[in-house]
Amino acid sequence: MTARQQRMLIVVLVLAGVGVATTFGLRAFQENLLYYYTPTQVQAGEPPLNRKFRVGGLVVPGTVGNEPGKLEKTFDLTDNGAMVTVHFAGILPDLFREGQGIIAHGKLNDEGVFYAEEVLAKHDENYMPPEVAESLKQIHGEEPSQ
Amino acid sequence: MWTWFHKLSSPPHFYRLSGTMIPWFGWLAAALIIPSLYAGLALAPADYQQGDGFRIIYVHVPSAMLSLFVYMFMATAAAIGMIWRMKLAHAVAVACAPIGASFTFLALATGSIWGKPMWGTWWAWDARLTAELILLFLYLGYMGLRAAIDDTNRADRASAILALVGVVNVPIVHYSVTWWNSLHQASTLLKKGGPSIPPDMAIPLYGMILGFLCFFGAVSLTRVKREVLVREQNSKWVKDMVTSK
Repeated sequence: MTARQQRMLIVVLVLAGVGVATTFGLRAFQENLLYYYTPTQVQAGEPPLNRKFRVGGLVVPGTVGNEPGKLEKTFDLTDNGAMVTVHFAGILPDLFREGQGIIAHGKLNDEGVFYAEEVLAKHDENYMPPEVAESLKQIHGEEPSQ
Repeated sequence: MWTWFHKLSSPPHFYRLSGTMIPWFGWLAAALIIPSLYAGLALAPADYQQGDGFRIIYVHVPSAMLSLFVYMFMATAAAIGMIWRMKLAHAVAVACAPIGASFTFLALATGSIWGKPMWGTWWAWDARLTAELILLFLYLGYMGLRAAIDDTNRADRASAILALVGVVNVPIVHYSVTWWNSLHQASTLLKKGGPSIPPDMAIPLYGMILGFLCFFGAVSLTRVKREVLVREQNSKWVKDMVTSK
């Protein structure tokens, strides 16, 4: 084996070694790398108890309720499987609307209601002009996103 | 092929060749970026949800793509430099690092500016965002490591290993949005079943990406030229060139 081939082997081994180590590392910390849990995971009891975590899903149309004169709002989040009711007292982001992807950060109480301290809007990867969105809405009778 | 490779690796030949290529890359970059920017900011329709705010993608997406591309380019150059003991390849890697760091910073900054109104936060410890931040630290670490070692040959070897180790982060940045539930949306352009963006919004974006690539070509070659001059300052061809002018 020439010195050059040896160096080539070292480069390959460094790449492979670091790659394998990182793969195992990431697999071990899989849970911590999830930015949010889905409502199905919440219903299955996957998120940690008595600790804050994030839940992400789509706002179920028709479930957004706010009492007049109060900042508090409740709405349901779904992943088209399970549903979680979220309670939030604060300012919602601009993109918050029915059918929109939302990530709430907070705690689950004993009745299974999620008390959020922060609500973020998740944007999807679809872009389109308003006219196209409007005509899609007329064809399908619903929001085109997600 | 190998004679071409060896000719390219000779510093005086590369110095002359890059001198003629820089204006080409530079003008091509300007010819792509200026009309694409106009088309993206003025002609493309507003997004149905984000309104005019979506237009930041014309800077954000090209910078983010280039931040990964430049890293792969830098690491490949460093590996070639290490395996074939080619000093010119190390010079290329050195020249790439600050450019890559700038693109990474630009991607993070534009993403943050977009994130505040759209998501409702400047920053989140999301897998994509965190991996991109690590990419910035890899670039800065590479530059810092080189600055700490006085001997050029030793700096070349040490920093090449750091660049190679950091390669593992590149697929993590790219696939973070598909491997984990993340706040950051998945890729629009490199999506299964084709891009989910109409042509009048996408074409300026492709123009910007190509323009950024050419810009990288022009800036990196300029920096490699300078790096070659510094490294070859005691060689005959540099002395001949300086005295003949």
